[in-house]
Amino acid sequence: MYQIRVHGRGGQGVVTAAELIAWAAIYDGHYALAFPSFGSERTGAPVEAYCRIADTPIRSREPVDAPDAVLVLDATLLHRPGTFKGLKAGGLALVNSAASVAVPEAPQLLAVPATRIALARTGRALPNVPMLGAFAAASGAVSLEAVHTAVELRFAGPLARVNRDGADDAYGYMTEAESETEAVEFDVPAAFAAEREARHAA
Amino acid sequence: MRPDRTFIPLGRPLEGSRAVAETVARCRPQVVPAYPISPQTHIVEGISSLIRSGELEHCEFVTVESEFGAMSLCIGASATGSRTYTATSSQGLLFMAEALYNAAGLGLPIVMTVANRALGAPINIWNDQSDSLSQRDSGWIQLYARDNQAACDLHPIAFRLAEELSVPVMVCMDGFILTHAVERLDVPEPGVVDEYLPPYAPCQVLDPDAPLSIGAMVGPEAFTEVRYLAHHRMEAAIQRFPELAGRYAKLVGRRAEDLARGYRLEGARTVFVAMGSVVGTLEDAIDEAREQGLSVGAVELTCFRPFPAARLRDLLADAEHIVVLERALSTGLGGILTAELAAARAGEGRQRTTVVAGLGGRPVTRKALRTLIADAMARRLPPLSFLDLDHTLLRRAHTKENGR
Repeated sequence: MYQIRVHGRGGQGVVTAAELIAWAAIYDGHYALAFPSFGSERTGAPVEAYCRIADTPIRSREPVDAPDAVLVLDATLLHRPGTFKGLKAGGLALVNSAASVAVPEAPQLLAVPATRIALARTGRALPNVPMLGAFAAASGAVSLEAVHTAVELRFAGPLARVNRDGADDAYGYMTEAESETEAVEFDVPAAFAAEREARHAA
Repeated sequence: MRPDRTFIPLGRPLEGSRAVAETVARCRPQVVPAYPISPQTHIVEGISSLIRSGELEHCEFVTVESEFGAMSLCIGASATGSRTYTATSSQGLLFMAEALYNAAGLGLPIVMTVANRALGAPINIWNDQSDSLSQRDSGWIQLYARDNQAACDLHPIAFRLAEELSVPVMVCMDGFILTHAVERLDVPEPGVVDEYLPPYAPCQVLDPDAPLSIGAMVGPEAFTEVRYLAHHRMEAAIQRFPELAGRYAKLVGRRAEDLARGYRLEGARTVFVAMGSVVGTLEDAIDEAREQGLSVGAVELTCFRPFPAARLRDLLADAEHIVVLERALSTGLGGILTAELAAARAGEGRQRTTVVAGLGGRPVTRKALRTLIADAMARRLPPLSFLDLDHTLLRRAHTKENGR
């Protein structure tokens, strides 16, 4: 069983991110179960969603408390208590950030500029699909082909193509960035400045 | 984890609500009056979109002003001979209450999905089963789904059962936990459902060309007999449900739904009883306990109305201690299901313990169940307890009350 917890804010596509991981895992031939934390949906409020992947039917419906992977769609949540709670030793930690960042709770934290990629490809600051591509590259839990299938079935027409490109960019970014520069202590204003720059560049 | 390319998956990724909407569409309802309420909304939105896209033909979707309107319209549509469906949750179900009893009293085979949600006040949109359980005496058959595949499969069976017995059926599925979960699901093929569920042939139809009145006044001379007949008509479902479920299971190639089902009961001294989505997590916890040599098993109840007393007596015959996991509370009594088991003399003479778990969306975790199993085996459980009760919060509330 491979378990994923996705953190983000309402409006960033957190629930869709977990669902698309499940879609991709199912297209890969696995069993998968994705569900949100069912808060009152408000734009900007912290949101959690979960996904389990296994090769046998999944019966348990409790929230994921010991994830193999934690995806953070919004870097302002990095220092929120509980974001990395229960993350397994050596588990994957992935954050949407244009700047390389470090947090004591997850020294292995990897960064991907998912919002920047999404803006460049789709014109919208929705980091979820690039995060999915980055997750596929960093975890190997789902294949890039399955991510393509999921994205193409989820989005219609030109939106499918640009989102697929966004997933590919993030996948490429992660595979190329394996010998990444060393992380710096996380600095929220700097990360925001980097995001703003990225937005202007886009 | 690398994917195994040789594995051919069955089913496709679907949200529970969407899968239920597609399955209901294959049952070819002719009238769907509905009013949106979380967490049920995705189901009727799905049906509405299937009608708009032409995938569900000859069906009228009616947007009504309230749940009372929805059920009243269901009554009218069903009485004029249409296969009728709706869905609701929580306060929406309560707002229907008066019409629910009328639908059942008139013997109208309406099928309704209840996406289970807590009742206010305080307002709470999350899951428990207080809503449908509050309507347990309304005369509707009540079926509870353990997972989304069961939620789908119970609908064609529900229509068949309702139309055969002239009794309305509620299919209850835990809100959010099931309705909003995406997993691999098999929606039955249209041909399969058509083979299983023939077009609705009502035994009595309201028709302006041949006017008659239904539900007219019945006085003391016959009212008891009307209720007696309704009781026996519903009890027929005890025989008919397993048979109809078995026939459906053969067509779709899945395990048949049953009134109630045992899990690892061989040599089980402590047996848990539960309904709905908690069953999956419970079965995982029981597997784990069995590995440690603990003699524990479970009984899953699917059909709550009619109450399968004899079946439950059989399943609980060898249990020494029965722990009932309840996702609702009868304030001033305790467990609803526990009281029903006692009335049915299921596990008579044995210790029966109620554990209220998962109210208002509190997750029922494997960790909590692990502790609960250990406490149950050690006979440490009081007659009534609440899982994961926050004692700090309670102390604060007590202090505040005493300070007043």
